[in-house]
Amino acid sequence: MLEFCKQCVKTSTGALLANKGRSFLTMLGIIIGVAAVIIIMAVGAGAQSLIINQVKTFGTNIIGILPGASEEKGPPASVMGIVITTLTYEDAMSLNEKSNAPNITSVAAYYKSMSSISWGANFYDTGVSGVTVGYLDVEDGKVDRGRFFTKEEETNLSKVVVLGSTVKKELFGDSDPIGKKIKIKKHDFEVIGVMKDRGTVAFQNNDDQVFIPIKTMQKLIAGVNHVSMVRLKVDNPENVDKAMRDVEITLRERHDITDQSGADDDFTIRSSAEAMDMITTITNALKFFLVAIAAMSLLVGGIGIMNIMLVSVTERTREIGLRKAVGANNTDIMLQFLMEAATITLSGGAIGIAIGSLISVLISLAANFLGYDWSLSISISSIILALIVSISVGLIFGLYPARKASKLQPVEALRHE
Amino acid sequence: MLIQVYNLTKNFVNGELVTPVLNGLNFNIDQGDFVAIMGPSGSGKSTLMHILGLLDRPTGGKYFLEGKDVTKLDDDELAGLRNSKIGFVFQAFNLLPRTTVLENVMLPLTYAKREEAPESRAKRILESVGLGHRLNYFTNQISGGEKQRVAIARALVNDPAVIFADEPTGNLDSKSGVQIMEILQRLNDLGNTIVLVTHETYTSEHAKRIIKIKDGVIVDDYKVGHRRIARDGEILK
Repeated sequence: MLEFCKQCVKTSTGALLANKGRSFLTMLGIIIGVAAVIIIMAVGAGAQSLIINQVKTFGTNIIGILPGASEEKGPPASVMGIVITTLTYEDAMSLNEKSNAPNITSVAAYYKSMSSISWGANFYDTGVSGVTVGYLDVEDGKVDRGRFFTKEEETNLSKVVVLGSTVKKELFGDSDPIGKKIKIKKHDFEVIGVMKDRGTVAFQNNDDQVFIPIKTMQKLIAGVNHVSMVRLKVDNPENVDKAMRDVEITLRERHDITDQSGADDDFTIRSSAEAMDMITTITNALKFFLVAIAAMSLLVGGIGIMNIMLVSVTERTREIGLRKAVGANNTDIMLQFLMEAATITLSGGAIGIAIGSLISVLISLAANFLGYDWSLSISISSIILALIVSISVGLIFGLYPARKASKLQPVEALRHE
Repeated sequence: MLIQVYNLTKNFVNGELVTPVLNGLNFNIDQGDFVAIMGPSGSGKSTLMHILGLLDRPTGGKYFLEGKDVTKLDDDELAGLRNSKIGFVFQAFNLLPRTTVLENVMLPLTYAKREEAPESRAKRILESVGLGHRLNYFTNQISGGEKQRVAIARALVNDPAVIFADEPTGNLDSKSGVQIMEILQRLNDLGNTIVLVTHETYTSEHAKRIIKIKDGVIVDDYKVGHRRIARDGEILK
């Protein structure tokens, strides 16, 4: 039996090598399909890890509050650009009280806008963020030079500003900005500090903005009484759910909402863990959708295999007749042709894996070169899956031609011209 | 009695059209005989050989091979019997392309699926037909006469009960043809049963017995009086 299998493999490879060009063209469909699946799996996993790492840099113990009711699992209205004024600085401060939410360690309230700022003749357009002192702790911000504003300056309309590192470079170059006055919307602000480089965190460039006290922002720059967002830091990731409950209860009480089911809420609470789950779900769906499309080409490739195997059976009818004459039974002939089909698809699969892996490596090198934290992930499981799929394609699409070959009557096969 | 045939018939059916090819044949072939089945083309001799060689099934009648009724066997049982009891030599050689001489001779052994494939046996048989020096040649690298000797070696390798040779000299020049007939006669001398199918009276006279067929019936069946003997590329009368 072992000898028989050896002969079978030898016959299959021999038959394929006899028609190198044709075998390669037949394989092409499988090569492209497998390579596409490998690339999509690798790029999908890379992109997913990139996104998740971005979210992770933010920490898993952060709760965000946005004004406006939450659509069922969808984004809150404020994301769509609708201005909702129900969330206030005082709401944020109430959450800072241990009696309301004992697990919350710090609170950052935000009101952001874009503005042109200037120092002397230098102009620069950037984001102006009105924040509370809690920002430093919640977002893990570090002051490079000078200082951040104080709790007192947060509320007494002080005109002080802390620059992001990019803004400092754009306006001041190498000179020391501390103590200088810059203009934001006709108001002179004293530069009291410069933030450390942070890079992009959760898709937000933290270096290309300036920070001013939130009350100053609300009264002098924007002329509003609400905040656009509140972020809270919880002492421990395990207490996030409890803290979210506390926030809900506190805000409902402050906003006179009696319905505890959440149907009347005029705010939306999300934890970073929830956001991560959502992103993972979306990216997974996207990845499998793309893999399904790539798998189509495997199907097309399989039909190509079936076609060429049918041609091969016809061409080699006399050989089949001879084999039967010297004692090959139907199963032997069937195995031989199945083996040939599987050899084509397996070789195609192997070449596809090599090409797909190579391209995945190139993509990850390119992504890293462009500064993304891109991890190369060609998983063993996707390679094994690709191999199994390619053999299966060969066996499934080889079955019909192989059966046809095995059913040939020896005398008719021998007479075939 | 090696082969017993009773009232053997064969019809070819093509849609509505039924063409009778063999019309009730009765004969026996003894162990160790050398029989030529002779007839013009269209006489049914090839069809008879295909049925005797278990490549085809009769429409009616009985066929006993070594005393066993083989008309009721299924495809796989027939394949097994072809492998162990029957050797074929065809007019067109029917060797596998891109394969060596030795591998061609080994082919029936691989389908026998015995654990060890006795390569030494295949080599010994190739030497006995004068091809010991061609073992690793590919089949497109040897002459027609050599190809037919490979085919004979392949027919012999499983030590069959009977060898069917269908116009074995048809595609050969006369000198190679004589060599092939010499080998067949020598094999017969060693005790092998040989059934030769031919349309040439000259070739049929190398056999010990001739069965003449015409239009699907046996018209003559006799022992050859003056048998032709092929030796060293010459025909001795």
